[in-house]
Amino acid sequence: MKSSFRAMTLLVVAAALFLVVGAASLANAGSQAKVTINVAALRPGSSAEAQKQFDDNVALFEKQHPNIAVKPVEYAWNGATFAAQLAAGRLPTVFTVPFTDARTLGEHRQVADITAGVKKWAYYKKFQKTIIAEATTSKGRIIGVPYAAYAQALHYNRQLFRQAGLDPNKPPTTWAQLRKYAKQISQRTGAAGYAQMGLNDNTAGWIATTVTYTLGGRMEQGRGANATATLNSRFTVQALNLLKQMRWTDKSMGSTFDYTWPTINQAFAAGKIGMFINGSDIYTFLVQAANLDPKIYGIAPLPLAKQKNAGVMGGGSIAVVRPDTKGAKLNAALQWIDFFYMEKLVKKAAALRDARILVANTQPVGVPAFPIFNKVQYDRANSWIKSYINVPIKQMNPFLKGIFKQNLYPEPAASTQSVYHALDPVVQAVFADKNANVSALLAQANDVAQKAIREGK
Amino acid sequence: MISGESTTAGEPVAVAGAVVARPRVRGRFSPVDWVRRGGLSAVAFALPMLVIFTAFSWYPITRLVVLSLQSTNLVDPPSWVGLQNFRDVWSDPLFMTAVKNTAYFALLALLFGYPIPLIAAVLISESRRFRGGYSALAYLPVVIPPVVGVMLWRYVFYEPSSVGLFNTVLGWFHMGPYGWLQSTGTAMPALVVESTWANAGTTVIIYLAALMSVDRDLYDAASVDGASLWRKVWHVTVPQIRGVLLVTFMLQIIGTAQVFLEPYLFTSGGPANATLTLLLLVYQYAFGNSIGVGFGQAAALSLMVAVFLAIFALVFLRLTRSWSTT
Repeated sequence: MKSSFRAMTLLVVAAALFLVVGAASLANAGSQAKVTINVAALRPGSSAEAQKQFDDNVALFEKQHPNIAVKPVEYAWNGATFAAQLAAGRLPTVFTVPFTDARTLGEHRQVADITAGVKKWAYYKKFQKTIIAEATTSKGRIIGVPYAAYAQALHYNRQLFRQAGLDPNKPPTTWAQLRKYAKQISQRTGAAGYAQMGLNDNTAGWIATTVTYTLGGRMEQGRGANATATLNSRFTVQALNLLKQMRWTDKSMGSTFDYTWPTINQAFAAGKIGMFINGSDIYTFLVQAANLDPKIYGIAPLPLAKQKNAGVMGGGSIAVVRPDTKGAKLNAALQWIDFFYMEKLVKKAAALRDARILVANTQPVGVPAFPIFNKVQYDRANSWIKSYINVPIKQMNPFLKGIFKQNLYPEPAASTQSVYHALDPVVQAVFADKNANVSALLAQANDVAQKAIREGK
Repeated sequence: MISGESTTAGEPVAVAGAVVARPRVRGRFSPVDWVRRGGLSAVAFALPMLVIFTAFSWYPITRLVVLSLQSTNLVDPPSWVGLQNFRDVWSDPLFMTAVKNTAYFALLALLFGYPIPLIAAVLISESRRFRGGYSALAYLPVVIPPVVGVMLWRYVFYEPSSVGLFNTVLGWFHMGPYGWLQSTGTAMPALVVESTWANAGTTVIIYLAALMSVDRDLYDAASVDGASLWRKVWHVTVPQIRGVLLVTFMLQIIGTAQVFLEPYLFTSGGPANATLTLLLLVYQYAFGNSIGVGFGQAAALSLMVAVFLAIFALVFLRLTRSWSTT
């Protein structure tokens, strides 16, 4: 009787153990079920080499994370298509947005809140405060991961400099000098000495804001809906008067005044422009999509006025996650962001792997950027890939030597695109009318921007 | 009997003067009778049209009305805001700019775009030998995809440097170069010229068809009376095709009030908002600077434009009823 009781007890314990272990393994299998994420890949029309470089990264990631399947989706940030994709639920799980738009999307809860996941990363605390602020809402929630930053810079055509009798190794360091050089290039070569984006798609306002920063001005004070618009400051008036002088007095800006981001890059690559302002990282676009001859390329820091707040405006890109992503999918999305965008900035092995893939696919390595973390980390990451750098680094020296002596400031924080949009018609009026009343136009633009800020648009 | 009311077959009807007038009884609806009379076939024939109109016209229109009363970020459930979107649009300084610009475009299009196809059609109809060839030539721009047409004009004709086609011609007379699309004075007329070129072909074909239906005897009679071409056009052609002229006039106003493609592709509404039209403003509300949160205002402005055009069409048809041939 006793022995049969023992046997029964043993059987029950064994069965219970079996059940517990079985259930645990089943649960484990459940957590390792394959998750598929769609990730933003290259912009449509990218070269086959660039595509392969991306696919190589995907293959490596899937090898390292066997429970995650990655589907690349052609992607280029566009506000208009974003709204349609969001409404239709067709956004990729992970996609990228410029600094300009990230906070607005975050304030409207149109991208996922990833605060908890990002704060777990070892390098989270190493982000530069001004950089992580670009992906932080006014309530302190993190809605994206900044992975690339640039400073606005002066791009110039070394060949046109030479033809105009200027030294291509000595780009202008003051606005007065820039104006003089532009006139000289225009007169001696027939090309536009200086050109500036002027289309009514917020780019005109963006560059006008950049120039205003270099003179010491800002477009707003404060954050969120309580910010005050300061579009009509004396610095903006000065920036637009400078433009007016180059356009109407010097006639050094050529004949096209409705350039936007891609068209000004293409015109520059085609040798039609002596100098223009754009982000420091556009070299990749210039060679990949505009057939730039690297020999003509030069880049320098923007001239800064001797003003307390004069500085260079920065920008960059932020990886974000679509707003309805949760659980295992959200984890997989963050793992992809960590792998594809961030590891190469903090881990030597990843930096080397990325550089090797880029070089193997004839993509530029060493394009001038701005540190996401601190300068020491930035220099260290660059030293790892030194032997792979294939951009004309000597021609980039004026920028690389000068940029870290300048103060980098973020874009206007509240209703960024609306502020630029309010400035667009003022820039266009300066281009279209030599008697344009800059102060009156800026006063109107300030009212428009203030209304947008108040309404959170 | 009230017009449209049905009676059952064989039902006695009260006749004036009858000795016994029984009260009229409305017949009961009988499904069997309805089927027997072909009700099912009628529904079957109407169904595809009903489904298509419901899905692609009535439902979107209803959604537009609902959206114009809501605020949405496309993620959270939308909230009702009453007429706030309409107030926002009304108080936007760009609204009046867009109204004025649209009216200016419509006026210029009327001055250039309305008479030119008529004149072209009259001239083509007068040509007996090459009528087909001229008609094809007039229609050719309509066949070219609109975006290609705009790009052609933008980069070939309106190119602001001295290599642009117009500037090259003016350069022979030591004039220019001019930034056609970059000056507040010339941008809108430049858009109208391209728009007229692109769209006149369809109207020419409509006018040609109308002209062909005019009785030739009337022209012959006018010729016998010694009428010149101009007098024949004024006294014979125009009165004979006035119905078509009135319809094309109304369609042109409705079309130009909704102009979007040209300002969007040529100038994005610039320079300095000189070509910002109502529909471009709708686009800017929905997709421009306020990413995905301006749908309410966009819907409100769309509705305002639609209601205005509906009222215009009704008033126009009412006022011109006596002039119309139909």
